Amino acid sequence: MVIAFWICAALAVFGALGMVFSKKAVHSALFVALTMINLAVLYAILEAPFLSMVQIIVYTGAVMMLFLFVLMVVGVDSSDSLTESIKGQRVPALLGASALGVILIGLLGNITMTNIGFDQAYVAYDGNIDALAGLIFTKYLFAFEATSALLITAALGAMVLTHREHAEKPLTQRDLSVLRFKSGNHPGSLPSPGVYARHNAVDIPALLPDGTMAEISVPKPLAARGAIRLIDLASKDEVQALNRGEAVITSQSTDRVEE
Amino acid sequence: MELNNFILLSAILFSIGAVGVLVRRNAIVVFMSVEMMLNAANLAFVTFAKANGSIDGQVIAFFVMVVAAAEVVVGLSIIVSIFRTRRTASIDEASLLKF
Repeated sequence: MVIAFWICAALAVFGALGMVFSKKAVHSALFVALTMINLAVLYAILEAPFLSMVQIIVYTGAVMMLFLFVLMVVGVDSSDSLTESIKGQRVPALLGASALGVILIGLLGNITMTNIGFDQAYVAYDGNIDALAGLIFTKYLFAFEATSALLITAALGAMVLTHREHAEKPLTQRDLSVLRFKSGNHPGSLPSPGVYARHNAVDIPALLPDGTMAEISVPKPLAARGAIRLIDLASKDEVQALNRGEAVITSQSTDRVEE
Repeated sequence: MELNNFILLSAILFSIGAVGVLVRRNAIVVFMSVEMMLNAANLAFVTFAKANGSIDGQVIAFFVMVVAAAEVVVGLSIIVSIFRTRRTASIDEASLLKF
């Protein structure tokens, strides 16, 4: 027991010092977790098994996890700048805190405590957890109920504080669709350039069903350079003839003669 | 088992936590230091419970843990909301109320 105390005490103090002096907040959080676990062992040495388990579950489990979670949200690399913002604040702070420590140690070192043991407390109960439950639900019942109110308030408060209000109503799919047509842009994909029996190139515009050219089918850079090649008028007539349902042979044959 | 040693350890941890609160400037680390001080107080409660041979101190330590958990939840959400508006977790930057 004595050896366990000294090991755990040394590790707890090491963790606390590491928390204060480590530059990165994540390292601080891990050092705090180390201290918490050692405190749990110390509670076990002090015959408080329930608190020992609660310490591990609540502190190293829930609280430190929450700390790490917030650290990840806030940004892990945001390490403290070590310059003092208030000039000469650090030395008085250290002096004051060590004075506090000296006073506490001086006061508490002088008290004499006798280890009575829990026999008296466990008379009516069956062990530590039973005794704790007995006290919580009888003598400390009001505090326990107030605690439940506190926890609910804290949960609601956290939700209210971190809730992000939308500045305006978010757009629905219907609104997006209306906007897309209202702007006057082509709503779908543009027609592809002409693909014909003898022409298959991006610089030749496609023909619309009535035989006119669809200029948007040619890529804009080509149109800007004036590099649009027009399909010959014969082909246009062919298209119109095809549209009317007539057989088309003539212009193809003449083209072939020209070539 | 020397119970005084536990009390001295508690005093040391409390002082280290106070140093952390005074010296560090990252709000989250300051918060961890506050947690350290609460834990030091808890250790003192549990030690005194053993010294008095009554379980009341352990019940108080239990309540301290509950309150600390609630405090962590609210405090961290305050830090997150400050970070959202000011893009920093440094306690020197949150100076809107400064005259």
